[in-house]
Amino acid sequence: MIEGILIGLTTALTLQNILMVMVGCFFGTIIGMLPGLGPMTAIALMIPITYGFDPATGLILMAGVYYGAVFGGSTSSILLNAPGVPGTVATSFDGYPMAQQGKAGKALAIAAWSSFAGGTLSAIYLLFMAPSLSKVSLSFRSPDYFALMILGLTAIAAFSSKGQFLKAMMMVVLGLMLASVGQDSLSDITRFTFNNMNLTDGISFVLVVMATFAMSEALTIILKRNDPTSAAKQVSLTELGSIRINKEERTKMYKTIPRSSIIGFLIGVLPGAGATIASFLAYGMERNIVNDEEKEKFGKGSVNGLSAPETANNAACSGSFVPMLTLGIPGSGTTAVMLGALLGFGVQPGPRLYMTNPEIFWSIIMSMYIGMVILLILNLPLIPYIARILAVPKNYLIPLILFFSITGIYVMSFNNFDIYLMIGIAVVATFMRLYDFPMPPLILAFVLGGLMEENLRRSLLLSNGSWEFLWDRTLTACILLTTILIVVWHIYKTMFKKTKD
Amino acid sequence: MNINTTKVISLLFFIFSTFYLYTAYQIQVFAFDENAPFNARTFPIYLGYAGLFFSGLKLILPDPNTIKVNHKTLEYKKTLILIVIAIIYGATILKVGYFLTTSLFLFSSYYFLGERRWVLMFLLSFPFVAAFMYLLHGVLDIYLRDPFLQSIGVMG
Repeated sequence: MIEGILIGLTTALTLQNILMVMVGCFFGTIIGMLPGLGPMTAIALMIPITYGFDPATGLILMAGVYYGAVFGGSTSSILLNAPGVPGTVATSFDGYPMAQQGKAGKALAIAAWSSFAGGTLSAIYLLFMAPSLSKVSLSFRSPDYFALMILGLTAIAAFSSKGQFLKAMMMVVLGLMLASVGQDSLSDITRFTFNNMNLTDGISFVLVVMATFAMSEALTIILKRNDPTSAAKQVSLTELGSIRINKEERTKMYKTIPRSSIIGFLIGVLPGAGATIASFLAYGMERNIVNDEEKEKFGKGSVNGLSAPETANNAACSGSFVPMLTLGIPGSGTTAVMLGALLGFGVQPGPRLYMTNPEIFWSIIMSMYIGMVILLILNLPLIPYIARILAVPKNYLIPLILFFSITGIYVMSFNNFDIYLMIGIAVVATFMRLYDFPMPPLILAFVLGGLMEENLRRSLLLSNGSWEFLWDRTLTACILLTTILIVVWHIYKTMFKKTKD
Repeated sequence: MNINTTKVISLLFFIFSTFYLYTAYQIQVFAFDENAPFNARTFPIYLGYAGLFFSGLKLILPDPNTIKVNHKTLEYKKTLILIVIAIIYGATILKVGYFLTTSLFLFSSYYFLGERRWVLMFLLSFPFVAAFMYLLHGVLDIYLRDPFLQSIGVMG
């Protein structure tokens, strides 16, 4: 492992890669800060830029963007009460009241230090957990992988759908359907191409990501610009106040950070859960742990209340890399985008990545830590200036997002059809977003579609067409049982309970 | 009568799944593969049934979280204009070239979204695209096709 860490450090600490982490963190912070644009959009917009780099550098850039976007989301939560990403909603509970009391600078500093500490601790957990998990996952066979993918898709549908489980499952099926377009990987038979040569190679992953996230986000912002309920608030950046954290506040953070980082990391590892659930759970747990006097301060600008979700959401980001790097199955929509990018580089994530491409495996882990340090160095002194980005008029922002999306596809294929297809998918996605059809399950399904079919094919061929492979192995049966429990529970909730907000 | 749009979308998805399933059954497989445990049409057929199952459930089950969208507050006109501009951009980018079409796309989008600061609009279109092109083409070595710039001898 020491050798791996050194390889990772050598790769991550090259001048080019340090520069990439810096650029990634900076742009990620800016994009994540803008309400409505989250890490998935930020990473999607970066994909065309990564074409010119080797896989390790490309992924380091994307990891930087990811962390930057999560931190940027906290900034808009604190200053505007308009979370840039769902994972920072809990941050606004105490961050915004603190900003209203004239302590915006302090709130941002607490968020930055908590993010740094949460990210650092979880990078350490990842460092020790990922190699052991890689070894365990080598014993996984096709039926286990197939079952695990079903579990991942069901879990993301269950956790990302805000009580709209069936809608999320429909999006999962739609993602798998889109992935089935093009040539069958084994027989080369074309499917769902309707004799259109442009579809023979299937629909590009970048196209689907750009259309469902970047482009449809932009269209949704324009569509809802007059909606009084949307987060279209204008920023008044008067005084941010001091960014110094006093001793008493530091003492509170020392207690909160370790426990929140553990809960954040563990939730992040679970497929589908991610930063949003981690931050809410950490907030709730912290509220239950603190004394009555501190409990009273929750929702009114509590240091613990701000530090806990910030630590947890960053820890969850690192945690979500565990299933992607060790099993090749992304744990969240964002890591699904990164998995797609990895496949685009010709790198197959999974247990063997650790052995075949140790420089990629370790440099991602190392760059996460370097990203944390850079994020802190870069963002803390720049907080007052970065915050002004929030005042960028949407009249400029939206065309620029559309431009980056279309450029991304243009440089990939030089094909008009792809641009039309992207616009078409973006229009449908925008309409579906209006009615709360979640997009992350669609992306995850689209990425996993090919792998899922491949594993089902192998399992069915090995068992001579019998579905017994689903319960032949204890591991497969356990994974499927968990999936069934999730499905039954959510259908029960849909049928008999009104989902509480 | 109030129509629940989520149910309408579910119905459309149900119809789409039916069409998908029908098309899946039409996939031509090799004769020796016809009775194999798994062939090119197996997975799509399962997906078709899954689509029917989930959209069917959504149609028949009560919807406790009905989403109500206030269409009066939505900016359909500007969104539609932006989509049309994007389509025109997509249609001309290959023939005219990246620089001119992208700059015009950005400039016209700013205009239709209500911007009137001409200098800023210009700076964030033509020079911005030129700088971005230099980054992609010149620095990152990503090929950009541009017949217009080639015709005036700016690009090799």
